Amino acid sequence: MRFDTPATTNPIDQLKIVGQPIHRIDGPLKTAGKAVYAYEWHDPNTPYAYGYIVGSAIAKGRIRSIDVTAAKNAPGVLAVVTTDGVGELKKGKYNTAKLFGGTEVQHYHQAIAVVAAETFEEARAAASLVKVHYAEEKGVFDLAAARDTAVKPDDGEPDSAAGDFNAAFETAPVKLDQTYTTPDQSHAMMEPHASIAAWSGDELTVWTSSQMIDWWRTDLATTLGIDKEKVHIMSPFIGGGFGVKLFLRADAVLAALAAREAKRPVKVALPRPFLMNNTTHRPATIQRIRIGAGRHGRITAIAHESWSGDLPGGGPEVAVQQTRLLYAGENRMTAMRLATLDLPEGNAMRAPGEAPGMMALEIAIDEMAERLGLDPVEFRTINDTQVDPEKPERPFSHRDLVGCLRTGAQRFGWKDRSKRPGSRRDGDWLVGMGVGSAFRNNLVVPSGARVRLDRGGVVTVETDMTDIGTGSYTIIAQTAAEMLGVPVDKVAVSLGDSRFPVSSGSGGQFGGNSSTAGVYAACVKLREAVAQKLGFNNADDVIFADGEVRSGDRRITLAEAAGDEGLVAEDRIEFGKLTETHQQSTFGAHFVEVGVDVATGETRLRRMLAVCAAGRILNPITARSQVIGAMTMGVGAALSEDLVVDKARGFFVNHDLAAYEVPVHADIPHQEVIFLDETDPMSSPMKAKGIAELGLCGVAAAVANAIYNATGVRVRDYPITLDKLINGLPELS
Amino acid sequence: MQSPGALEISRRDLLVASAATVTVAGAPSLAHSQTNTPEASTGTNVSFTVNGERLELELDNRTTLLDALREHLYLTGTKKGCDHGQCGACTVLVDGRRINACLTLAVMHEGGSITTIEGLGQPGNLHPMQAAFVEHDGFQCGYCTPGQICSSVAMLEEISANIPSHVTDDLMAPAEITAAEIRERMSGNICRCGAYSNIVEAITEVAGRKT
Ligand code: FES
Ligand code: FES
Repeated sequence: MRFDTPATTNPIDQLKIVGQPIHRIDGPLKTAGKAVYAYEWHDPNTPYAYGYIVGSAIAKGRIRSIDVTAAKNAPGVLAVVTTDGVGELKKGKYNTAKLFGGTEVQHYHQAIAVVAAETFEEARAAASLVKVHYAEEKGVFDLAAARDTAVKPDDGEPDSAAGDFNAAFETAPVKLDQTYTTPDQSHAMMEPHASIAAWSGDELTVWTSSQMIDWWRTDLATTLGIDKEKVHIMSPFIGGGFGVKLFLRADAVLAALAAREAKRPVKVALPRPFLMNNTTHRPATIQRIRIGAGRHGRITAIAHESWSGDLPGGGPEVAVQQTRLLYAGENRMTAMRLATLDLPEGNAMRAPGEAPGMMALEIAIDEMAERLGLDPVEFRTINDTQVDPEKPERPFSHRDLVGCLRTGAQRFGWKDRSKRPGSRRDGDWLVGMGVGSAFRNNLVVPSGARVRLDRGGVVTVETDMTDIGTGSYTIIAQTAAEMLGVPVDKVAVSLGDSRFPVSSGSGGQFGGNSSTAGVYAACVKLREAVAQKLGFNNADDVIFADGEVRSGDRRITLAEAAGDEGLVAEDRIEFGKLTETHQQSTFGAHFVEVGVDVATGETRLRRMLAVCAAGRILNPITARSQVIGAMTMGVGAALSEDLVVDKARGFFVNHDLAAYEVPVHADIPHQEVIFLDETDPMSSPMKAKGIAELGLCGVAAAVANAIYNATGVRVRDYPITLDKLINGLPELS
Repeated sequence: MQSPGALEISRRDLLVASAATVTVAGAPSLAHSQTNTPEASTGTNVSFTVNGERLELELDNRTTLLDALREHLYLTGTKKGCDHGQCGACTVLVDGRRINACLTLAVMHEGGSITTIEGLGQPGNLHPMQAAFVEHDGFQCGYCTPGQICSSVAMLEEISANIPSHVTDDLMAPAEITAAEIRERMSGNICRCGAYSNIVEAITEVAGRKT
């Protein structure tokens, strides 16, 4: 099905099941420990072996030699595969850093060997016996020091401009010119990367933890130099990803190579201390923002420049993306510059671009509002735009940022925010409120599905879509149920298997809308097949409801319609030019209240509210969970998350969950989420948009602005730890 | 009152000290510190009860309780998030107390009674805490969830047994089930999906039903 004109009325609009607060259909499995994740596949007749990774102890250089004698002779060892022994392997399309193969070391903890043994304990012990001789080279690890070497990237759209920024900024009566920094961050999902690989002749099956089944399948085949048709990927449950499981990772490659060598299925999980340096991270940024405005608060000039680093062949963190679209202003420019760094690969983490970009922009907006003497909600409202400000002929498909800000301000009690920073006190706490807009683009990606109807009237959906905690199982079941007029418990959903039609996968908050649109397309085909089989030729009056299909005064159960052989239909949604003619984005507003301990500078969240305008909400329970989870990650970004770079040796020092501090229960208050009731007919037949990343964008800045409101201390370098506040706090009496 | 001088540690000194601690804890050499004994694969027989069933196993002495459950008994409901006692995903109940199964060796539990998530309830017959997590959507990816649920069941018992926490104001009064107490006591169970707000609601509902 091609989607190139705005959606009109369709069966989803009935909203009998879609849009309803239906509990996760995989909930009982997950809460009872019965959902099977990658490392947990178990066939009692299979003698699994255990693989353990060896990582590079240098950040840059070459492997001179690897001595595996002791490791090979250790108890229980079945195979040792080394990066120099295996030779050069072709790099997959989506990776920047090489995962394995050859003698070049591009980053610390790069995989350089895998040891397979009878047991996990034996493999781990033997891995520690692998001796490596390196030729270490000098690397570049410090973004601030490398900033001047940064260049304009070749790909993408690093620069943009409209009007004459310099002239307008020069003459603006009120101006801001500030620099902000965001640190490297880690996805830190709870399930470490893990794979089990099993060969059968030249065919390979890998149970893994992947957000994008087809990308993994393609890149694993490329890396191993085998035909894609010979690779079977399974990933029905994923213990979180946030972007770090978008692209093939070393665990799958090592498991496949070790299994081939050991002639046994091999399981490999990355140990937690490997995650930060072996995989990808959100790159640090340095961002300069300049805003000029007239005295009444209208922005006349806005510029956003960002510097980030990556390995050769990598790309920039696109932190200026939102500034091209979020606020009005005739004269504008953005630019991104990329430095070469020898740190581990920088790549997508939840809301790449907007998450760190909004961390900076939304502080700048708060600062500018203060200079103008305007309420920050009001300042944002004044500068709303209904068109792409760089290309005013391009309207937004639907945009209600102002509705989010106004609704939020009212619900949160924004009017009680003290106008003078540092003036509200509650015992030992300095109390403040902050706001940040939320903004993230809505992406749409082709997505396929197969739908079966059996003689019991049960509908089965098959697609290689993944559920990374987002609720895909549930919203896909809802979509099929709505389309075919059956209750959710008559729908079975099978995901994450490369034998199924290729879906959008999960990433960039495109999965929910795109994958359900693919299921919609397949269901339209199945409806046609049912009608045709029954000889219902007038498509317009065919109704699917209550487990029946009706036309005129004929009514037949779906079970009967399916018959003994059942019916099956497959289709794929493809998206036309609507994303070019109209800008599709999602909007929101975050409101937070913090207390800052007047003696220690410790910040505690007191209240949090998000208001989101993101098209049709397919399931308010799972959508709300996406948003509260994102708000939580935003608190981490604001207050604690920081991959600390060892600038001499070139690695992230705090590479585990004790030292890389993500929010815990005690850090998070009750969170409220409001969804504005809206649809976006330009996005898909579902009229839905993304929500999972929107919820993150702007949270950290709202916290930063609340801290400023509480203390009068403006911190522009994340995370806002107490050392950055303490010297500005009022004297203790 | 303290005499001036004794506690004259400036805010800045305090911060320098704690920053240094963080750096040491993250040193890379620690990653392999427990793995340098290749020959020591001696096994030991151990017997304990898991979810009411008495079991005998011969295990490598290095096998953690977590790996005994997951790799030897195929009870994979108990998750491995870090293997270092940092995340709580491996929380199980041993003799009624919650414990990080990755931080204890299986052979230390001779005669012990272990309850895992599978022992609390099954799909179709969920434990009230499991059902409350479904009801309140107290999870997303589900990977921290068995640990959260086991931890919360034991945590409510700890409050009933009047064991105080860091946020308990009055050590003489009976411990209360408040949101602050729940959050404090559950802080060893990380949820990167960020379901905390819903988890607290699920636990609060179960606690209310109980009391
Ligand atoms: S796996 Fe035991 S605490 Fe993380
Ligand atoms: S549900 Fe994913 S980590 Fe808690």
